[in-house]
Amino acid sequence: MDEKDLDLLRILEENSRLSAEEIATMTNLSKSEVENRVCALEAAQVIRGYSTVVNWELAGNGEVSAIIELKVSPERDYGYDRIAERLSRFRQVKSLRLMTGTYDLQLIVTGKNMQDVSRFVSEHVAPMDRIRETATHIIMKSYKENGNTLFEQREPERLPISP
Amino acid sequence: MRNFVSKRAEEIPPSGIRKFFDLVLTMEDVISLGVGEPDFRTPWNICESSIYSIEQGTTSYTSNKGLQTLRDALSRYLAEHYNLQYSADNEMIITSGVSEGLDIAVRSVVDPGDEVLIAQPSYVSYAPCVTLAGGKPVPIRCTEKDKFKLNPDALAEKITAKSKALIINFPNNPTGGVMSAGDIKAIADIVIDHDLLLISDEVYAELTYETKHCAAATVSDLWDRTITLNGFSKAYAMTGWRIGYLCAPQELLDAALKIHQYIMLCAPVMGQVGAVEALRSAEEDKNNMVNEYRLRRNLFVAGLNRIGLPCHVPEGAFYAFPSVKTTGLSDVEFAEQLLKNQRVAVVPGSVFGTGGEDHIRCAYAVSRKDLNTALVRMEEFIKTL
Repeated sequence: MDEKDLDLLRILEENSRLSAEEIATMTNLSKSEVENRVCALEAAQVIRGYSTVVNWELAGNGEVSAIIELKVSPERDYGYDRIAERLSRFRQVKSLRLMTGTYDLQLIVTGKNMQDVSRFVSEHVAPMDRIRETATHIIMKSYKENGNTLFEQREPERLPISP
Repeated sequence: MRNFVSKRAEEIPPSGIRKFFDLVLTMEDVISLGVGEPDFRTPWNICESSIYSIEQGTTSYTSNKGLQTLRDALSRYLAEHYNLQYSADNEMIITSGVSEGLDIAVRSVVDPGDEVLIAQPSYVSYAPCVTLAGGKPVPIRCTEKDKFKLNPDALAEKITAKSKALIINFPNNPTGGVMSAGDIKAIADIVIDHDLLLISDEVYAELTYETKHCAAATVSDLWDRTITLNGFSKAYAMTGWRIGYLCAPQELLDAALKIHQYIMLCAPVMGQVGAVEALRSAEEDKNNMVNEYRLRRNLFVAGLNRIGLPCHVPEGAFYAFPSVKTTGLSDVEFAEQLLKNQRVAVVPGSVFGTGGEDHIRCAYAVSRKDLNTALVRMEEFIKTL
């Protein structure tokens, strides 16, 4: 991992759709060097995938997201890993993290509507062994996702030409 | 009625960019590479701290020199980052932007008849400030061959018995040229031999892409005879906040302070509070912006060379300064026709004085998308010539 790799990661994290050619010009690398480095970063699983930040509210499919906090009794030898990995396999679980503080695991879950989310939690998550407590927080509105603000911002006014 | 306008005011030329400014305003869908300021918003932590301080009622004058907390923080920052040693108590004034710093620096050292050497192409204010102080601006040409550094021989050639001071600005607006410690050393010998004062405008100090900026006052024995100007506008995207600073040995500083207290009293307190926060917490924001400028520079300068506008690689600031000589047009013609035919605004190099002719200044402080579109349009334009 060197400065050039960090450049590539920063560029791709912000916009993974740029062409290798354009990235090459920006980083003073050749096109094939960019491609090789990106391949290596993918192979090393530093790059875990390429996705698009969607404002689903605008896309209008009515999908609902919720943050679910779980208190979990850890297992001997495995801690939280086995249960966390099991939960991760559900399609509905978009993110899953182990947290410090008053609860242990945090899930971000999406569903077609509120009933869909609550059914998932009550039927699949809550009954699992070792889960002691759940708290479900429905997301009412997103203002920022992955570094991208989702609200309209007025372009600042600049002088058209200045010295 | 008499003509009330002073001879001094009449003597200074109107801004060379005014005509373009007016023209751009009448047009739609213009991509402007003519803006000498960052396109980023001021980092929010800076805005937030200033808003909070206003809510707390921090709306009064500050001491003439500026907030003690800001000067303390600056003094530490300059020492840590540039090895520049200035005492917060008596070698530093917070000014209303570098513009004010420049004005009071020039006025505190220039007497009528004094000659002030100016490394050009340069920012447009230097010569008029000298003229307004009754001095005579003497341009020194910096050339592309020298990567737009100040050439010691060119400097020596222009020195006369009346020479009093030299104004330099590296990293440079409009050329993006920088001066290394070695480059400054060569100049320092001449400045010291001829007993000149150095005014060094280092407002782009944070924006260098290959090497770390070298502060002029740290080279040789220049400190005793240098006024260092700098500010928050470019590094922290704070142009509208109007916060700069002037650093100098106490004797020079006291002279500048007298003028500052009569004409400005103090820099706006809200801006000063924001500047404290900039030094405290915006290092990463600044680094991210510098990194983005570097990527844009690579993209844009490669593009200019590809479409047939030869451009040296600017190592600092956020300007590319390509030559338009091969097109057969003058810089003013090129800029006018490019704007009218392809809606891309650039600034003709001659606006920046000697050595600027046959070049155009393109600020790459715009989004990469706009830079790419501008390159496409410029290529189209060149094809029609």
